[in-house]
Amino acid sequence: MAKTILEFEKPIIELEQKIEEMRKYSDNLDIAEEITTLENKVNQLRESIFANLSRWQRVQLARHPERPYTLDYVHHMLTDFVEMHGDRRFGDDKAVVGGFGRLDGRTIMLIGQQKGRDTKSNLYRNFGMPNPEGYRKALRLMELAAKFNKPVVTLLDTPGAYPGIEAEERGQAEAIARNLFEMSHLPVPIVVVIIGEGASGGALGIGVGDRILMFENAWYSVIAPESCSSILWRSWDFKEQAAEALKLTAPDLVDQGIVDRIVPEPPGGAHRNHEQAASILKKILVEELDTLRKIKPDKLVKTRIEKFAAMGAWKE
Amino acid sequence: MAWFRRSKENIVSQGKKETPDGLWTKCGGCGEIIHRRQLEQNLFTCAKCSFHFRVGSREYLNLLLDDGSFSEMDKKLHSTDPLGFVDTKKYSDRLKETMKKTGLTDAVRTGTGKIDKQPVVVACMDFAFIGGSMGSVVGEKIARAINKAMKTRHPLIIVSSSGGARMMEAALSLMQLAKTSAKLAQLSDAGVPYISIMTDPTTGGVTASYAMLGDVNIAEPGALIGFAGPRVIKQTIGKDLPKGFQRAEFLLEKGFLDMVVHRKEMKETVSKLLSLLAH
Repeated sequence: MAKTILEFEKPIIELEQKIEEMRKYSDNLDIAEEITTLENKVNQLRESIFANLSRWQRVQLARHPERPYTLDYVHHMLTDFVEMHGDRRFGDDKAVVGGFGRLDGRTIMLIGQQKGRDTKSNLYRNFGMPNPEGYRKALRLMELAAKFNKPVVTLLDTPGAYPGIEAEERGQAEAIARNLFEMSHLPVPIVVVIIGEGASGGALGIGVGDRILMFENAWYSVIAPESCSSILWRSWDFKEQAAEALKLTAPDLVDQGIVDRIVPEPPGGAHRNHEQAASILKKILVEELDTLRKIKPDKLVKTRIEKFAAMGAWKE
Repeated sequence: MAWFRRSKENIVSQGKKETPDGLWTKCGGCGEIIHRRQLEQNLFTCAKCSFHFRVGSREYLNLLLDDGSFSEMDKKLHSTDPLGFVDTKKYSDRLKETMKKTGLTDAVRTGTGKIDKQPVVVACMDFAFIGGSMGSVVGEKIARAINKAMKTRHPLIIVSSSGGARMMEAALSLMQLAKTSAKLAQLSDAGVPYISIMTDPTTGGVTASYAMLGDVNIAEPGALIGFAGPRVIKQTIGKDLPKGFQRAEFLLEKGFLDMVVHRKEMKETVSKLLSLLAH
């Protein structure tokens, strides 16, 4: 697959390639010092570019075709993962994956939305857009986890719940609503991580939990910037402005009291190093779950409901 | 004398007379021209084709509750424009204009009342307020209504009409789906009944949260109910949508509603349900 390079990544990648070429000749030539200088330069450049990303640029990073997806995190974080299938009612949704696995030796239930990496796998995964059976599969697995007292980790990464005729016929809205309802009082710890795109109800459908984590370059909002632009500006051309107005980045969501903790990404973004991104997340998840495991189910549920009940801003 | 000759003065036009605004309304279903008084008598439905007109919370609470029993809660709760949202217009200006135009403070009114003397907690949405969209205020008012229902143990009734979550409060609006559903889980665990009434239209985030979570789900005939809007679906699949798609009768057929009830029978139906659950 051809490497995708975003416009603002170009100067970094070019410099990196230059360093790479110089390394090839460094055995014969004494250019170590020069390489170090350039390396420092590229680090500085990367830092300054990534410190000043616009909201729209972060949306682009969240959608980067090489960004790690749910199964990449499964691969790098878990051992003994056993994927489970089907909602026992209608079918098996390939846009949602889930199963038991071990995180640092302890069993968890991991559920996430799954995108594909090329046309073929994207068609198979329906571009990460779940149908009702995806949400119902997720709920079945969560209830299974609760039955055996195992914590749940969900990874959010979807451009939205699938807007199709069959999805409506099978109750897309009911499936999402039911998950919000049941997740609110599931008697085991739930940690939610927005790893890429958190598009509206489609993402939130597996997104109620005790702790809400979000990767540095993920986005989460009520609508995608393009759709927001088309509705409020009546044109597709205002996506950058829409992204700004929606305040959809991780730091924005911390300010709004929605996200508890930002998961830092490897230099240059999670797509540059899947393994490192997964190991950062793994460490944080272990820490969060250790804390949550100590809380009694009643208290856990009560605190979870209070947490969501406090969200919003109003005046009297 | 010719038989057709006028024996009286000509009818003189006295200048153009203004028809009082909204005295006559054209039915959105069959095109019948209906007089306001007749419309009111029919609870804003067409006597000929049963088309249900969209009505505000004032009208709906009147037809659902016993006369004079409604007592409004959290009347002063209003939005703060938490994100300083600006599209082609400032959200804060949009709010001010809508408040002035509708006389409402946001897209839902909540309170307590009685249905055939049975006490209830009620929330009723107004589509006229920014498309009945759910932002922080709608979420908080619904949450407080649920608290009230838990405290009094009186059944909760929510009448929905909404285009979904309010874009101008972005993720905060999205969280209202989780907030209201979480509170309903609490209400359900407490064993207090909740009846959801869906009117035209109930779509997006409201359908994907409290509207679909009733112990009993009721809809008005012909109401559009769904997650994605028909336009979005049509765009996605590039095909025309089947007739009756996402209408109340379709949802009943697919198993997501308990019943479709004509507005004129709504109070009686809810009353019967309340009584069945209580005794």
